[in-house]
Amino acid sequence: MRTLWRFISRYNAFFLFLIFEVAALIIFVKNNSYQRAEFINSASGVIGRLDAEKDQLYGYLSLKEVNDSLARENAHLRGLLKTSYYIDTAAKHKVTDTTYKQQYEYIVARVINNSVSQPNNYLTLNKGSEQGITKGMGVICSKGIVGKVIYVSGHFALVQSLLHKDSQFSAMLADNKEIGSITWNDDLDPHKGILKDVSNNAQPKVGEWVVTSGYSLFPEGVPVGKVSSLHTKGGGYSLNMEVALSVDFSKLEYVNVVDNKFGKEQEALEGQKKKDE
Amino acid sequence: MSRLILVNLLRFIALVFIQVFLLKNLPLYNFPVPYLYILFLLLLPFGIPNILLFALAFSTGLSVDAFYDTPGLHAAACVILAFVRIIFINITVSKEGFDNEPEPTLSVMGARWFLTYTITLTLLHHFALFALESFSLSGLQYTIGRFLASSIFTVLLMLISGLIFFRRKERK
Repeated sequence: MRTLWRFISRYNAFFLFLIFEVAALIIFVKNNSYQRAEFINSASGVIGRLDAEKDQLYGYLSLKEVNDSLARENAHLRGLLKTSYYIDTAAKHKVTDTTYKQQYEYIVARVINNSVSQPNNYLTLNKGSEQGITKGMGVICSKGIVGKVIYVSGHFALVQSLLHKDSQFSAMLADNKEIGSITWNDDLDPHKGILKDVSNNAQPKVGEWVVTSGYSLFPEGVPVGKVSSLHTKGGGYSLNMEVALSVDFSKLEYVNVVDNKFGKEQEALEGQKKKDE
Repeated sequence: MSRLILVNLLRFIALVFIQVFLLKNLPLYNFPVPYLYILFLLLLPFGIPNILLFALAFSTGLSVDAFYDTPGLHAAACVILAFVRIIFINITVSKEGFDNEPEPTLSVMGARWFLTYTITLTLLHHFALFALESFSLSGLQYTIGRFLASSIFTVLLMLISGLIFFRRKERK
């Protein structure tokens, strides 16, 4: 017993190393399956608030760009107003419109923490469940798709960005409606994505727009990026192509969280089918 | 003694803040990020008990993890760093040296020793960090590239900070 004790105290550095390393690895592996511990992430109280403070400071640095993009968006929206259309009919009918019912609603949120240089990137938003955000909602910005909400607290939401190994969204070529799925490029470049599994019949052109298909969390036609190269390895039975993403993830400021009003209903219906099988 | 604790506490706070609010946000896009915060662990005094060193390494790693959203990753790398530090100091510094040379800084230990010390420990820490982070062999060349560039960047920043505090010590 005594010799054992002497042995342990002589090599105490090694045994301490083992204890602490195992503890660290347990924490790491447990959280690596992206089921994040609630107490160590940026959506939790203290650090969320610290990040919000920091963001306020950094916000001033990019005011100019934000202003420019808001001004552009204003101009665009003003163009859609009724007053900017020329009315060429003398009489107008008033009809109660029951054909259209609002399907998508948007919740504006501000990005208060962001990363683009990690192999798996996340964003933190300053709106949470109290503003109506729930897990699984899509996130877009004025230039295109951003990602999906994976965790919500009262006032913050954690978003798995498109720049993540596990991110995959349904997308299509804008001109000939060929469906594929958009993922991030392997080489960790925040400006590039890959459109996978497009049917071999499609004849994509470099410079063609890639937009969302409406099969996933996003409304149809939200831009993703432009096809930048057709020479991508892999594929086989289907085409893969490189896409230059339209969103600059390193400069995200404001985003819209998409609330699909009929999402639950669709999910329930599709879930029923699975249950019956 | 209390001065030693105060200096190290300030160093810890300053380095972690620089790491998570400045270096993490360097607009380098796809370019690697230096992990300067490990300088805190490198500069802890020689006489520190092993258990305290490991506990500090573990908690430093966890606090950086909290900001990077990677629970356990930096903690694991820092504990490896602490172990290598103990071995390295055991081999290169004699026990008698602990009394008159309290801290392994550039000004106390000289350029050659300090350079070997920082390069060895930085490389091992970064290697552990990037190996755990990617956790697979896919994209190996990108991981190695990021690892080397990050290491060079970190060592450079450490030398710069060593030189800044070198002057201040001589003046005293």
